[in-house]
Parts: sequence; C-alpha cells; structure tokens
Amino acid sequence: MEHISEAGVKKICEICDRYANEKTPLMMILSDIQNEYGYIPLDVQQLVSEKTGISVAEIYGVVTFYSFFSLEPKGKYVIGCCLGTACYVKGAQQIIDKFSELIGIGPGETSEDGLFTIDALRCIGACGIAPAVTINGKVYPKLTVDMVEPIVEEYRALGGAN
Amino acid sequence: MAKLNIKIEGVSYQVEEGMTILEAAKACGYEIPSLCAFNHGECSNGSCRVCLVEVAGARGLVASCVNPVSEGMDIRISSAKATEARRASVELLLSNHNQNCQQCDKNGQCELLYVASVTGAREGKYQGVKTPTTLDELTPSIVRDTSKCILCGRCVARCENAHGLGILGFQNRGFKTIVGPAEDRSFANSPCILCGQCVSVCPTGALMEKSEIGKVDAAFKAGKHVVVQTAPAVRAALGEEFGLPVGTPVTGKMVAALKRLGFHKVYDTNFAADLTIMEEGTELLSRIEGGGVLPMITSCSPGWVNYAEYNYSDLLDHLSTCKSPHQMQGAIIKSYYAEKNDLDPKDIFVVSIMPCTAKKDEKEREQMQVEGIKDVDAVLTTRELARMIKRAGIMFNRLPDEEFDQDLMGEYTGAGVIFGVTGGVMEAALRTVYFVLTGKEHEAIKFEQVRGFEGIREASLDINGTVVNVAIAHGMKNAKVLLDDIRAGKSKYHFIEIMGCPGGCIAGGGQPYVRSCFLPNEDDDIMDTYKEKRAQALYSEDERQVLRQSHNNPQIKKLYDEFLGKPNSHKAHRLLHTHYNGRVGFND
Repeated sequence: MEHISEAGVKKICEICDRYANEKTPLMMILSDIQNEYGYIPLDVQQLVSEKTGISVAEIYGVVTFYSFFSLEPKGKYVIGCCLGTACYVKGAQQIIDKFSELIGIGPGETSEDGLFTIDALRCIGACGIAPAVTINGKVYPKLTVDMVEPIVEEYRALGGAN
Repeated sequence: MAKLNIKIEGVSYQVEEGMTILEAAKACGYEIPSLCAFNHGECSNGSCRVCLVEVAGARGLVASCVNPVSEGMDIRISSAKATEARRASVELLLSNHNQNCQQCDKNGQCELLYVASVTGAREGKYQGVKTPTTLDELTPSIVRDTSKCILCGRCVARCENAHGLGILGFQNRGFKTIVGPAEDRSFANSPCILCGQCVSVCPTGALMEKSEIGKVDAAFKAGKHVVVQTAPAVRAALGEEFGLPVGTPVTGKMVAALKRLGFHKVYDTNFAADLTIMEEGTELLSRIEGGGVLPMITSCSPGWVNYAEYNYSDLLDHLSTCKSPHQMQGAIIKSYYAEKNDLDPKDIFVVSIMPCTAKKDEKEREQMQVEGIKDVDAVLTTRELARMIKRAGIMFNRLPDEEFDQDLMGEYTGAGVIFGVTGGVMEAALRTVYFVLTGKEHEAIKFEQVRGFEGIREASLDINGTVVNVAIAHGMKNAKVLLDDIRAGKSKYHFIEIMGCPGGCIAGGGQPYVRSCFLPNEDDDIMDTYKEKRAQALYSEDERQVLRQSHNNPQIKKLYDEFLGKPNSHKAHRLLHTHYNGRVGFND
C-alpha cells in the first residue's frame, strides 16, 4: 500500500465511507474509484478490502469480471467501440479495426503515449444509432470507416492538453 | 418442521420443507451425483450442472442442489432427458480438463472421475480449445493446477468460512475464469496461511499437497538413517484410507506399517508434545509470575503462526517461543538421539507424518534449523503416508498392532495424544500447570470446560489461589475475535490456544478426504460427525494411557536430567525455541 499517496488513501477511504450503510457496497465503491482514477490496481483493492472486510480475491474477481473496471491506467481518451449485435451487423468490427490500425494498439490496450485506450464494449444500448462509439462519454453515432481518421486526428490535435 | 409431499420416479414421499431436491432425494434413498454442492450448502453455486433432474412443469432441467422442494413436486432422476443432461455436463467439464488422470495423485479419490463413472461420461467426447492454465508449485505446501479445476467454488467457500481470509476467488470472466489468489499469484506471494483446508475440499487434483514422497525415497537410497515421527491426529484418521470406519484409532497398525516401510526408527511426536508442555507450561508460569507479555498464545499450529505473521505482526510477542512439537522432536533427534547413538546429525533424515500441509512449509523456515541443520527434513501428510503404504503393497488391515520404538523417546502420555484436537494443547498444559501450582495432580484429570467444538471456548480456573483465565479458538475467523480484543487491550486471558484448522489437527488439511460418495458405509451425516469421531479416537487413547500428564513422562524427565538441564534452560532455548517475523501478504 506504500504506493498510494496519502491523499489517495484519504480519497479512497472517503469513497468507501460513502457506502458504509449499504449491504453490498462493492460495485458502487469500485465504480467511484474507477471514475475517479481511471483504474483500480491491487494496492487500492487491498485498501478497499481493509475498509470493507471483503477479501482481496473477491474484489479482484469483480474487477476482472466487469470490463468497465480496469487494472491498468487508461489513456486520456478512452474509445469505447460497441460490438453489440446491432452495431456488429452494421459494421462495428471494421470501425474498431480502423481505430486499432490508426492508433497501433489492439482492443483493451493503451497507446504508449498514454493518449488512447481502445475498449471493445458489448451493447451500450444505443442500437438505434448503430454502429456507435463513445469517447470519454461523447457519443459518435452511425459511424463509417471513413469517419474514423478525422476523429482520431481531432483528439491527436487536442493531445495531452486539458 | 413442516412436511411436504413430493414424488420421485412416481413414488410418493414426505420430506421436510426447506430441503433442496438433492437433500430430499438423499433422504428418500437417491444419490444424485453432484460436484459443486458440498457440506450442507457450504458450497452450492449450481455451477457444475452435474445434479440436473427433471421436474414436472419446470422450464428446462433443474439443478437439484440449489432448488428447494415444493408441495406436490414430481421429480424424475432417471428419465432419459435428465440422465443424458447429467452425462453431457460431466463430458463438458472433462472437455476443459487436462485428463492426465494416471499422473494425478488424486486418482482413486477424484470426484470428477467418480461422477464420470456414475453418469457414464466418456472422456474426450467434446474436443476443443482449453482455458489457459496456471500451475503454482512455489510453496512447499500446496500445488494449484488450474488445468484440473472445475470451478466448483468449494475452496473459495472453505477459505472464507474457516478463516475469513478469502485468499482464493474466481477471477476473469467466461471461458477465461480461473480460481486463484488475486492476480493469479502464487500462494507464496499472497497472505495464504497454507493450512490446506482448500485442498481438503477440492473434488479434483486442482489443489493438492506438494508431495515429498520422492524426498523420502531419495534419503533411503542415499543410505541415510531415516527416523520417522507421527503426529497424534494421524492415527485417528489413517484407517479411513483403508476402508475402516471414521474414528477408528490405528496407532498399532500405523507403527507396523512404518516399520515395514523400512524406517530405522519409528517415534511418536507425542513425546515432543509432552516436551512442548514442559517448555510452554514453564514459559507461561514465568510470564504470569514475572510480568511477561500476556495472554500467551500457543504456537504449535504453523497455519496459525503464518496468520499471525501476516495479520497481527504487532502481537507476535504474545506467541509462545516454543517450536511446534515435531520440530522439537527433530531437534532432539539430531542432537540427543544422535549423541546417544553415535550418529552424525548430517546422516540422519527426519520424516514427520503430519495431518497438515503448513508443516511442510514450517520445516523450511530458517528458524527451524540448529547450526545449519534442519530439525526436520521431510513432512508427509496422512494421505501421502497412505499412498506409500499402498505402493508397498502392505495390506494395512491385516497388520498386527506394533509398538513405537521405546528407546530415548518412546514414552508418551495421554496429554500428548490430545494435542491433535482443538482444546487439547490447553488441556495438556492445564494438567501440568495445575501440578506445578498445587504440587498434586488434578483429580479428574480431564478439564471438560476446554473440550468441544464451539468456535471460541473459555474457562476460568482457580488453581491454589492463582486464577488462570484461558480461551481456545480454532479457525482464523474465531481467532480474530480474540486477537482483536488483545489489540484493543480488552483481553482478560492468561493463556490462549489457537489452532489453524477448524476442529484442530484431526481435521487438518493433510487428513484423508471425507466424502460421502467414497464412504458408502458411513451415516449420511458423516460430514457433521467426522471431527467428533476422530477426536474421540484421541480422547479414548488418552484414557487408555497409564501416564496422562506430560510432567510424568519418565523419558522427558531423563531428557532434562541428562541433556537439557531444566525447562527453558539455555540449551532448551537453543534447540526448542524459535522467533517470529512480521510478513507482508502481497509481496512482489
């Protein structure tokens, strides 16, 4: 746990305390930590285990079960490509392949410059606008392969700036 | 309890409300094969799909281990649909199994092979990709091989139920799911206490002790002087491996088997249990009288010691500095015994037969050596001893009863025997502490207050004006309660006995597997009664002993007179005592 900063420990404890009265708080705690830090490494899981009494193995099991949770830091821009049935039949595989080709990483990976992560998602509930992609929450509807490159360029141009 | 009317194969029965179909069927005389269901719902995820039955009106087949019976339920176990489905479930499990059955030490006691045989499943029916697997052989105690895991979840449940530790968990998703410590780490790099409770419940060979039979073979081959010692709990369970009823004490046959296996000397660890009482009892009294750290906690159980080092490193001063009995005995064999027999300690190879997997790790500790010589060289579990006996073709049940070797450390008292059951170390210690404080023996000999299987037990004894408050805990979940009190400064006890495994060593992680399907002559409730039966085997041996208090063991007296001086002497400390170090659980 020596890897977490004092402020980090405080923040995570505060998140755990938010759900102290819940019967099954784990999902909410992990969800908040994921949103706050973008990933949930083992150190953090140990801290959550200490705070909640839930075993590290169980927490690790939940973190690795849901693709929403990540063990590794994610890129600044998380590209979530929906591969649900509707998106898939509308060509989502070609879309995600194009992102992979342009950025040079596979699904579930993060680019070396820390700019992009590509996630393959199951249905995100946006079947009406298939194939759909989300980037940091912003939805890109009815994509075609040609539309991918300008999107990547747009975020490259933004770069690491906030 | 209300009764319900159900039908099985068209025949009407009355069963208790609240039972699962699996339990109700058993009560009616039907054994539905199952894997994930274990020990009255300790584990039943409905995950293995081996216990499927047909229920009239239900949508699809029903997993009998998780579905309760209801009024008027019409159950078909042997319909073609149910029979085929159960077979297919087992065939699917086998399709993701490594199937190296002849190389597996679980062969003969594997429940997967058993249900395969019962359901008529054929290996290799479904071929295809297999889940990536992990083989963890890093600890001296336990091997985890996920290529044999069927994801039943029994080990996950047991680790949590027994210890509240939850070292094992399911990880990843779908086809990639495996069971292991977080990050798929080795047990060696996680705060696992190596108690082996997970091993004792695993239906397959996915979790096994790390066998040291090869080490023993090599020692014989190298011409070593091989001395064996057996823990008390072994005699209470070894017979089960040879079809004897649970709880049959087999001390004499076990000794006869060990002699036929060629061991040069066969000793009882009970001798060192008596020695432990002398050392630990003296330590306790000197702590009470000299204002030492109290409560003092026993240190015989290496699973518990591991737990303390990982989780309560601030309380390590409370642990008795005594080595566990088999380590003491090893140290005495390689010093006193070597001297008396004119042997070089380097030529002696000490084998301990233990009901325990953690002992395998304990003997490798640096603190368990005296001047570079290990006290104990190999630890075999009760199950491994059974394997050696079977390998040698020894017909165990036809063996005569023979005696342990009597020279130097052949005597043992009833106090040493009961070390194998929760409360036993406490009772043995009290018998001697009582004598030391009063100058006479406790008339009843027994201390009933400390017996039983309650998770935490306590007693308060007024011995000649000295009030001694004691407590006993087994399983780390229970131990934690007492430890947290100590940490909070609220503990009123002088002496606490903690054993790692629930029930103590009789139910240790190295003991024979207790499975209804392999024990057809035992009662249905054997999972509830086996600990008591094994404990009774030890208590009855205690009662048969002429000498029942450690301080009355004449060879112990002689050992002190001739060799050690007195309890807790400088020499005793050098040979028989140890120290502990705090450890980090998830070390990289």
